[in-house]
Amino acid sequence: MVVTESSQISAPAPVPRKRAQNARRAAALLGSAIALAVVLVLSLGLGARQRSPAEVWHGLFDADSAAYTVVHQMRLPRTLLGLLAGVALGVAGGVMQALTRNPLADPGLLGINAGASAAVATAAGLLGVASFQGYVWFALAGAAAVSVLVYAVGGGRAATPARLALAGAAINAALYSYVNGTMLLDSASLETMRFWTVGSLASAQGETAAMMTPFIAAGLLLALALARPLNALALGDDSARSLGAHPARVRAGAIVAVTLLCGAATAACGPIVFVGLMVPHLVRALTGPDQRWMLPCCALLAPVLLLGADVLGRLVARPGELQAGIVTAVLGGPLFLYFVRRKVRA
Amino acid sequence: MPVRRIAGGMTPRLRAVAVGAGCLLLALVFGVLAVGGGDYPMSPSDVVRTVLGGGSPAEDFIVHELRLPRVVTALLVGAALALAGAVFQSLVRNPLGSPDLLGFTQGSAAGALLVVVTGGGSAALAGGAVLGGVVTGAVIYALAWRGGLHGHRLVLVGIGATAILTGVNGYLLTRGRLMEAARAMLWLTGSLDGRGWEDVLPLLVAMAVLAPVVLLGCARPLAITEMGDDLARGLGVRVQGLRLVLLGAAVLLTSLAAAAAGPVSFVALTAPHLARRMTRAPGPNLLAATCTGAALLTGADLAAQRLFAGHQLPVGVVTGVLGGGYLVWLLAAQRKAGRI
Repeated sequence: MVVTESSQISAPAPVPRKRAQNARRAAALLGSAIALAVVLVLSLGLGARQRSPAEVWHGLFDADSAAYTVVHQMRLPRTLLGLLAGVALGVAGGVMQALTRNPLADPGLLGINAGASAAVATAAGLLGVASFQGYVWFALAGAAAVSVLVYAVGGGRAATPARLALAGAAINAALYSYVNGTMLLDSASLETMRFWTVGSLASAQGETAAMMTPFIAAGLLLALALARPLNALALGDDSARSLGAHPARVRAGAIVAVTLLCGAATAACGPIVFVGLMVPHLVRALTGPDQRWMLPCCALLAPVLLLGADVLGRLVARPGELQAGIVTAVLGGPLFLYFVRRKVRA
Repeated sequence: MPVRRIAGGMTPRLRAVAVGAGCLLLALVFGVLAVGGGDYPMSPSDVVRTVLGGGSPAEDFIVHELRLPRVVTALLVGAALALAGAVFQSLVRNPLGSPDLLGFTQGSAAGALLVVVTGGGSAALAGGAVLGGVVTGAVIYALAWRGGLHGHRLVLVGIGATAILTGVNGYLLTRGRLMEAARAMLWLTGSLDGRGWEDVLPLLVAMAVLAPVVLLGCARPLAITEMGDDLARGLGVRVQGLRLVLLGAAVLLTSLAAAAAGPVSFVALTAPHLARRMTRAPGPNLLAATCTGAALLTGADLAAQRLFAGHQLPVGVVTGVLGGGYLVWLLAAQRKAGRI
């Protein structure tokens, strides 16, 4: 899919066209950054009680302001969590689509988030672990195991989208039936896990975001460093080798990056689908398939989507709220179906 | 079909019938053992005598009112799921194309959860499961239709529907109180505890009507369609009409099975594979798959009751664990054979 897009092989493009393309990419990057800033302010300001941007500003920096407690205790941790998880899922989705050379790759649909969930369910249900520090190592192990499995099924020689997606669905089904089984064992883990498995930013505490940061930063840096070799890999292993890339090393590095990003994001806010699918598609339409532009743009736009979904969930179900994972599933699902109907011929 | 001798010296058709009969016999043995076990143990001969009408009043009550409905439910649910799974795998031409991966089961679950959260009884729950499954099946069919129904699009639309419905189901689980959530979770896993005749009856009727239609009416055209739509059309099969009938039957069987026992995972996926290994015949192997499914679920339920003394597991846990292991092996084997 990625390979077939004409702009992929952009070498002989005439100079003016290239300049125009770069201008467009820069504009996309700038637009994404502005959108992210807007959503950050909205996420701090909207909720059970609305605050104007000015009040948010005072709430952030003025300890005597009326909004200080709400902003610092509740909305800031949640917004930071959404920002980090969004970056992680979006970049992981982009890397996976490049790695599997498959437009339907998404850490949620292919079962990587479910792998992290199953490991967390084991930790919470059977071993009694109950904090992010405890969860995250299990989540990373689970995500790593499924990443390797998905790569074994879909990497290297490209699988067709339908087959890869079906393999992912099967992995998902197996892991969720395991998660359900652990929830049956005792009602205490059911009580916590039933909220966690839908994927929500609501559980955010001050320290969660701080603890996630090293994992996500490491994953992000690794992904960005791999952008150029991933471009080469899109041309096929032989061409990639002749361009100086080491396909096996690049793939191993990409799996590590995806594991770090998905594992940390899932440990903090539960399995969230479709963010990693939708954002790279949107970004590819804006910047073209060059990973060096795509991945940064994904990192800026994915949190817009996740935080937007979270804010929407807070607004539509007031005074309660709809978890962000449900909003992304309900918004992303139809988009996925549209994409399938448009692109996949018999 | 030309008569082709294969290992064992039987024709493929004879072998399929033999496999079906063998599995059915195995299912009955499991059933007799399951009826005989429990707080009031009975020997297999006592069980058979009581089922045939020669037991004491106490034995009569225990067998006919308490234990037999559960075994019959297991037999029928296993058979229905396996038949539906074999039909789906043939329709989408992929060994992983089973209804629990393509959204149909999640539709049933959404309907049932809606009933649980609003506090409905068990009859309403079964109704919700059937309705949810049928509506989801119709929506998936409509979305996947584009000048005809084709395997790839059905798979992808189904996976999209699964992802959406998983989100919806998770939300419904968080809405209820803890007691309701626990009941919903037990249902979602799939369990045969405390089944009575009234739970079996709808599925029994559906199997009595739909199984002959699928097994006798559609098996041959379905096998021909596996060779390609154009060839099938040339041989006089109305491909799209056949798909509609088969999809409708499979969706009904899946939803009614879910209504009777909950969405028991992996029976629909594994039973057709096991059947194909035993018959060594290509094609959908519908009859053998159906009987294998019945044996698989009765065996799994027997294991679920006996595996841990004094502690009964829901049958869905057993099929989930077995199915998950099988799946990993299958993915590896498929990968090696270049089919994924």
